[in-house]
Amino acid sequence: MNFYVSPEQVMKDRADYARKGIARGRSVVVLGYEGGIAFVAENPSRALHKVSEIYDRIAFAAVGKYNEFENLRVAGVRYADLRGYSYDRVDVTVRGLANAYAQTLGTVFTTESKPMEVEIVVAQVGDDAESDQMYRLTYDGSVAEEQGYVAIGGQAEQIQTALQERWAQGMTLADALRLAVELLAKDPNGGQPRTLGAGQLEVAVLDRLRPRRAFRRLAGPLLGRLLSTDDPTTDVPHTDDPVPGLHDTLTGDAQASDEADAPGEQAPPEG
Amino acid sequence: MTDSLGSPTPGRLPAAYLEPGSSSFTEFLGAHAPQLLPGRRPLPPGSVPETPHGTTIVALTFEGGVVMAGDRRATMGNLIAHREIEKVYPTDEYSCVGIAGTAGIAVEMVRLFQVELEHYEKIEGALLSFDGKANRLSTMIRGNLGLAMQGLAVVPLFAGFDIDRGVGRIFSYDVTGGRYEERNHHSVGSGSLFARGSLKKRWQPGLDAAGAVAVAVEALWDAADDDSATGGPDEQRKIFPVVGVVTAEGYHRVADDELAAAVAALRGEQS
Repeated sequence: MNFYVSPEQVMKDRADYARKGIARGRSVVVLGYEGGIAFVAENPSRALHKVSEIYDRIAFAAVGKYNEFENLRVAGVRYADLRGYSYDRVDVTVRGLANAYAQTLGTVFTTESKPMEVEIVVAQVGDDAESDQMYRLTYDGSVAEEQGYVAIGGQAEQIQTALQERWAQGMTLADALRLAVELLAKDPNGGQPRTLGAGQLEVAVLDRLRPRRAFRRLAGPLLGRLLSTDDPTTDVPHTDDPVPGLHDTLTGDAQASDEADAPGEQAPPEG
Repeated sequence: MTDSLGSPTPGRLPAAYLEPGSSSFTEFLGAHAPQLLPGRRPLPPGSVPETPHGTTIVALTFEGGVVMAGDRRATMGNLIAHREIEKVYPTDEYSCVGIAGTAGIAVEMVRLFQVELEHYEKIEGALLSFDGKANRLSTMIRGNLGLAMQGLAVVPLFAGFDIDRGVGRIFSYDVTGGRYEERNHHSVGSGSLFARGSLKKRWQPGLDAAGAVAVAVEALWDAADDDSATGGPDEQRKIFPVVGVVTAEGYHRVADDELAAAVAALRGEQS
């Protein structure tokens, strides 16, 4: 036997369901700094990422259910790679990607029995801070273009309010990261802030000064130096660690050992 | 009705994008947009008109890496179709491919291969092994067999630095996708007969990068001397071969002035 449920009630129930799921997790903060866009998430896992590369200048951050946003991430990479392959690399824009995500989330929200319990940010680094773009997408497919900073998931509203007061254009990366970590560590009920070390954080940047692929994760001693108030490091190196392998992460490991080793250990670049 | 993404719901990412599983871009294209794969387009009956062909590629290993070089000529029957074609491409940080055969299809295949490798990197968060890359290329050539039988064959040479083994490696292919690891040096294309002779005499164990570049330039010179489809260095127009060096530090293209010096040295030797 079917009972009548008004469409308003159906949508409200779905929205409540999705919102509850998203608020349960930790927040992710995305904020601009002088040299690009930084992504900071509280995430002790090294393998299950909340922040990822989509394309040369575009990155993705998400909160909510991992399997659902992982699916969206892969779809985004496929969308971007197909578009770049059939047109040109410069024709892949974050606006197009945000639209495709919005339509997908919106259709799932209205037509399927369960909405996606995710909230995502897609950002693209431009030639200067004015041309950086950030879009925040919610479970129902609504899109908002954000200026300078955005927080999603968990206590997003409180963090957003604090960012409004304290974020300033042209911050150094170190200042931006410390601000983000401080806000993530705050107890929403006004208690003692938690301590978040480099090990509990997932941090990445879209570095404006890199030629093509701008996305790099930050970890290891480099992240420690950036987060520490008494270290002079304020920005990431614009070249990769001189260790053969996948260069998606900057750790600063080699830099530290360079200082320790006698100079001239390393082979000069081959000509 | 479908939109530009091939989606039945306008703007929404089609189901194929959201399907979990494959981290191969070629497989994704095969399932979702097979018309974009070179081997999946039906050929109309009749013979294919004359098209530009790429000619000679040489590759050789040295201590700590590999050098690949290609001349700049594309021919169409007895005509020179292009004087400055580039036939050696970096395919990711640690590998490069040189193409001989039908230029149009070869260039398309290289672009696809480049996206394939980067796509895997982004989805999996890891680099493909060197043999994995070589096998992917095999599969792509095999997919082109139908076209090869119509005279549109592509025979690449694949080389790079294997970061697991710490050595430079070279793979050659046949039109059926057969993959053969070459020891020390190899050459493909119309001038390869002469280039191979030259490499055999000039290659020696313990070469350094600069020495290997000189040997590669000399092999191309010898090929151009006897094969009309291979272009020699053109000092008047400042056209030099494309020479790529792959080491633990990644791919780098040798600058024209260094090549000019190598050519000048060779000229001095021979006069």
